[in-house]
Amino acid sequence: MKIHEYQAKQVFASYGIPVPKGGVAATPAEAKQIAKDLGDKVVIKAQAYAGGRGKAGGIKTASTPDEAEQLAGQIIGMRLVTHQTSPEGVPVDRVLVEEAAAIERELYLSIIIDSAAGSPVIMASEAGGMDIEEVAAKTPEKIIKAYVDPVTGFQTFLGRRIAYSLNLEPDLIRPATQLVGSLFRAFKEKDCSLVEINPLIVTSDKRLLALDAKMNFDDNGLFRHKDYAELRDPKQEDALELEASEHNISYIKLDGDVGCMVNGAGLAMATMDIIKQMGAEPANFLDVGGGASEEMVAKAFSIMLSDPKVKAALVNIFGGILRCDIVAKGMIAASKQLDIKIPMVVRMRGTNVQEGMQLLADSGLPVILAKDLKEAAEKVVAARKN
Amino acid sequence: MSILVDENTRLLVQGITGSEGSFHTRRCIEYGTKVVAGVTPGKGGSSFDSVPVFNTVEQAVRETGANASMIFVPPAFAAEAILEAAEADLTPVACITDGIPTLDMVMVMKYLKGRKTRVIGPNCPGVISPGKCKVGIMPGDVHMPGEVGVASRSGTLTYEAVAQLTELGIGQSTCIGVGGDPIIGTTPVDVLQLFEKDPGTKMVVLIGEIGGVAEQNAAEFIKQMTKPVVAFICGATAPPGRRMGHAGAIITGSSGTAKEKIAALTAAGATVAPSPAEIGVTAKKVLESKA
Repeated sequence: MKIHEYQAKQVFASYGIPVPKGGVAATPAEAKQIAKDLGDKVVIKAQAYAGGRGKAGGIKTASTPDEAEQLAGQIIGMRLVTHQTSPEGVPVDRVLVEEAAAIERELYLSIIIDSAAGSPVIMASEAGGMDIEEVAAKTPEKIIKAYVDPVTGFQTFLGRRIAYSLNLEPDLIRPATQLVGSLFRAFKEKDCSLVEINPLIVTSDKRLLALDAKMNFDDNGLFRHKDYAELRDPKQEDALELEASEHNISYIKLDGDVGCMVNGAGLAMATMDIIKQMGAEPANFLDVGGGASEEMVAKAFSIMLSDPKVKAALVNIFGGILRCDIVAKGMIAASKQLDIKIPMVVRMRGTNVQEGMQLLADSGLPVILAKDLKEAAEKVVAARKN
Repeated sequence: MSILVDENTRLLVQGITGSEGSFHTRRCIEYGTKVVAGVTPGKGGSSFDSVPVFNTVEQAVRETGANASMIFVPPAFAAEAILEAAEADLTPVACITDGIPTLDMVMVMKYLKGRKTRVIGPNCPGVISPGKCKVGIMPGDVHMPGEVGVASRSGTLTYEAVAQLTELGIGQSTCIGVGGDPIIGTTPVDVLQLFEKDPGTKMVVLIGEIGGVAEQNAAEFIKQMTKPVVAFICGATAPPGRRMGHAGAIITGSSGTAKEKIAALTAAGATVAPSPAEIGVTAKKVLESKA
């Protein structure tokens, strides 16, 4: 789960991590007031779940409160299109108005889970403010890594190692060590999958400041943090994707016109792959999940079909933990509420397949049956053309 | 021969009385797995079908001689369930549970270091040695005893691959789904190492997906293997930067793409199936060329 920069900065501040003074504004007038209160040059930053905001015109500097009002007016209401968003972009309905900091150095600091090492890793670099993946690819020696043992937890020496490796001046070693420790505490207590400060700056008056803030929560940890529900900004997510996630269904909208509903992420991706190999484009990724109920299948089925681009659909189920009869019942229940005009190919195998096929046959649903994956893909691509 | 589970496996099921636990325990028993005990705290002393249920793993092991475990405990308690199984030295421990917080698994993996227990998963279908023992949620009837080992990061795509093999008359020694989470107890490389050493396995089918470096690591090991490997990587059409259901399946940079993984596997000498519908036929061709 993602949250906005201003929300991440509020979390940072609650952990004692220094962030710029500022406030969030939903209107140009509010932006003007915040700029007036700050009383100096300000930076106006579009709040959106996307990197690359600066290049897309989502970050501007204003010298006066009036200019802040005018620039905020340009940014609020825009759709921000960056390399990380869909071509339609994401809406911006808030800006963060902050004091413009005098930057002396730009550093990088983040914490993620290293899957291979099986532990959290703190990463830092003197090459802050840049695309860190590029830095890591071209000059891996510029990335400092410190692994945190889950038993002992964060130790001050790890923070010191990072601070000294960043070649900070003596007066900043202690604050930097503390900052790294605080960031790790936030990462752990908030069940994050990522925290990132890029850039972490040294100001001209020798202070550390988190100029940007990114915080992603581990979706598997959300049950421990009921309060995160109010941090969610549904407008940043595709309406269908959001509806799906509320029902624990993984759905991702794509650009093609062949809808697919599959159980299991791997088989869902393989189904998309074979649709493409047969010369069509998948309209979505949809994994109904292992423990899906009849209601979840019905929901997934209607979500897949509610994308107006879908010209034909493929249901590919290999029952394991999910039983084919549950899938059939869900499809039948959903189709009673829907007026299905597109051709539908169904391929089922595995747990309770006989029961599932019988239910579909008895229901009178106009489905095209396929015996295997290849035939299913061929039939759905052919049906789409008719 | 086979790896990890066989006719000597005496299985304990943690969370045996839940809806998924009970459904799949019955399927395992039908398949012929020796399910000797169940654990559900608070239900000790009762029985599930004819399987005795205990309050703790320790007591279940003491009274039944269970030596392996299958876990269906809900995500909030599953990490602790793994620790309880590891404390009793059960191995393997197949954790089927999906949704365990990553930081809980970090702690579990640290605890497992130096211990006897091998964890499979979490968020996985489990492990099956066809004709001998099924420890997991995979449909038993698509499998067939034989000499091809199957290692996969996926659940249902594994069943797909296995069904293709079986339809062509190619049996399997053992099939393992390692799980889709960022932190897993057994990696594809671990499974390849076990298959390489198993005299009952002649060839390995490896099913991978986008995200991470598990397949690149597997490719490094394949270079040293004496047995042929057939691979398939799903997710070539997945858009970058999006999570495709599995937390592991995120393309975060150039290192996680299907293209790069396929290149690494091919360079290591593996034969990569061109389509998910051709995993079986590719395996058949490779088997015939080596015969």
